Amino acid sequence: MFANLTERLSSITRNLQGKGRLSNNNIKDTLREIRLVLLEADVALPVVKNFIEGIREEVVGSKIEKSLTPGQALIKIIHHKLIDLFGNKTIELNLKRPSPLVIMMVGLQGSGKTTTAAKLAKRLIDIEKKRVMLVSVDVHRPAAILQLNRLANEIGADFFNSEDTQNPKTIVSSALKQSQRSQSDIIIIDTAGRMHVDDSMMAEISEVYKEASPSETFFVIDSMAGQDAINSAQAFSERLDITGIILTKTDGDARGGAALSVSQVTGKSIFYLGVGEKIDDIELFHPERMASRILGMGDVLSLVEEIEAKVDRKQSERLANKLKKGKKFDLYDLKDQLEQMIGMGGMSAILDKLPNAGQLNNAAVSKQFDEKQLKRQIGIINSMTPNERHFPKTINGSRKRRIAAGSGLQIQDINKLMKQHVQMERMMKKMSGGKMKKMMRGLSGMNLPSGLR
Amino acid sequence: MTNEHNDIDDKPKNFFSRLTSALKGKKDVLKNNLVNILTTNKINEDLLEEIETELIIADIGVHTTQKIINQLKEKRKKNSKKNEDLKHNIRDIMLSILEPVSTPLIIKNNDDPFVILMIGVNGAGKTTSIGKLSRYFKDQNHSVILAAGDTFRAAAIEQLQVWGQRNKIEVISQETGADPGAVIFDAHASAKAKKINVLLADTAGRLHTQTGLMDELVKIKKILNKQSDAAPHEVMLVLDASLGQNALIQAEKFNEALGITGLIVTKLDGSAKGGIVLSIADKLKIPIRFIGIGEKLEDMQVFNRHDYVNALLNLPQNHQNN
Repeated sequence: MFANLTERLSSITRNLQGKGRLSNNNIKDTLREIRLVLLEADVALPVVKNFIEGIREEVVGSKIEKSLTPGQALIKIIHHKLIDLFGNKTIELNLKRPSPLVIMMVGLQGSGKTTTAAKLAKRLIDIEKKRVMLVSVDVHRPAAILQLNRLANEIGADFFNSEDTQNPKTIVSSALKQSQRSQSDIIIIDTAGRMHVDDSMMAEISEVYKEASPSETFFVIDSMAGQDAINSAQAFSERLDITGIILTKTDGDARGGAALSVSQVTGKSIFYLGVGEKIDDIELFHPERMASRILGMGDVLSLVEEIEAKVDRKQSERLANKLKKGKKFDLYDLKDQLEQMIGMGGMSAILDKLPNAGQLNNAAVSKQFDEKQLKRQIGIINSMTPNERHFPKTINGSRKRRIAAGSGLQIQDINKLMKQHVQMERMMKKMSGGKMKKMMRGLSGMNLPSGLR
Repeated sequence: MTNEHNDIDDKPKNFFSRLTSALKGKKDVLKNNLVNILTTNKINEDLLEEIETELIIADIGVHTTQKIINQLKEKRKKNSKKNEDLKHNIRDIMLSILEPVSTPLIIKNNDDPFVILMIGVNGAGKTTSIGKLSRYFKDQNHSVILAAGDTFRAAAIEQLQVWGQRNKIEVISQETGADPGAVIFDAHASAKAKKINVLLADTAGRLHTQTGLMDELVKIKKILNKQSDAAPHEVMLVLDASLGQNALIQAEKFNEALGITGLIVTKLDGSAKGGIVLSIADKLKIPIRFIGIGEKLEDMQVFNRHDYVNALLNLPQNHQNN
């Protein structure tokens, strides 16, 4: 969702490269650009101003590490600042508190409170093995109570029956009594969406809040929200003690600046993200990852975690040692690589997490690197003799014809694989030299779609 | 609907004061800051940058804001230096952006029902808008029927049925999980047989990035088109005024997929100004038909650019501008 912001910031800071050092002067235009980028991303203006000032202060008179270009230095500073704004760490709901733990969902109309209440309940039931009761005090929106009732049935949560003719405060007090009888661990109270400028509705939620005295009060905010998010968050936190934020609809392409604004103005952390239409599409929020995504560093951490979990370490070490000893990257090694790629879910799964890959046509990429294709290539290598795999240069025309017949493919397919091997070999040589940049250049030589070049 | 909230405003205020008070909000940035800006004498780069900032805070967006600022500079060169003029200049620029999109929806009475397909992202306010539109069309002596095309969200059908009961109109529905195309097809057949003037078709909220769900809408549009060449007569995108710049992308994507013919801007009773409609008007020229300013049945008004801009700039509402 932060793809656009990522692109803009990385293109701006690229302009800074080769300027030697950051000064008040050469950073001025960049800061103005960053300001516009953040505003376009719907980060609230006061937050943007603070943010820019913070960066300016850090940049002026600060030492820049020699190894970094000005662009990298700036990205590093912005990165840290963004993480600060997001509250620094991944927050998990503290469940080591006396039951029943009362959680209340508040926010504007249409921010996604009811859906999120059910998603959160499902998470607590499935992962934490808790007994959860859902309660709706939304007596305003037609069929809102029924909506929560249906969702509760779907996910196996208890549901406290309420009617839209009841007073919200009364519903809460009866639900609390009921929860003691039913021995619920957690009660989640869904409230009606309301405008923060609607005094009578805000008075109503204050009453509900007092009656419920929740341990957690989540402000639910649409990731597409604009400049006004800061005002609604402010108004709600003046009336209630907001303890956390849930950001919804993040599976869209909004830049999500509201996430920054709201966590800044409430001083509270984002706990969860709503990430899709399905009832278990809720995730913990990772400030570091989100900040990295904003800055064009991609979701590198998740990628690293995934690779660590799936890559065969022994195989990789064997390859690394082999290359270190100056040995060649042969077709056995290529086969290992192809097999690992299948294990990681193909190229598109990897590309999703790489920096600046947002613009790629994933369909085209996956077509080229889909599982079928990968398996076919492995099939070609399997049709070779051990000698051919060790010494690919020995593969001549008649050998190619034999391999093609053996693998049931055309000579062109064999040629393609051989070409790919040569490119990979070149790339591995460069990588063993430790130069990432060269590796990227090596990648561009491969038959990748234009977006990656 | 038995709650104090809905009974407090027992005397509905007239539209002009309502829109003004609705758009004002508590922290009226444009009101306070822009007035301050405009009472200083000089117009220089700093002043323009301040104005730029205030326009951005109203969610107008960087691109359209630049356009307004540039036009403002042009006008200043030609005209006088008085501050009121500056304010009126901004107003005139905004009005000219909104002029091509200020065409109200007109229902033509044919044998075929006039079909309005309501679309938008999750939580935009489609179902509530249908409830309020039903009332609006009934007040204009049109007969109305509703199609419960949101078969995905839990209790969305029942939510629409409540609006049907409030308006005493029929709601065609099937069970949750049914094919929305089939529901809307049935509703169209029913409307045609009963010679009903207006069919309002609800659909499930969907993000414009969800290609499968966007295809579903295209299919629904095709189904309607097979029933009658002119149907759907209106593809209405419902936009939440509190959304930021993504609303423009939304409008673009829904427009690409379906060809939007009208907009409803909802939730203008908060403190958000919905300034993104200026960007959408500027870029896509899609008519803005209605604005939603509350949860009551009558809280749907025909869009009027003069009232909107005056409220945005806190200028007095002028009835003659209609």
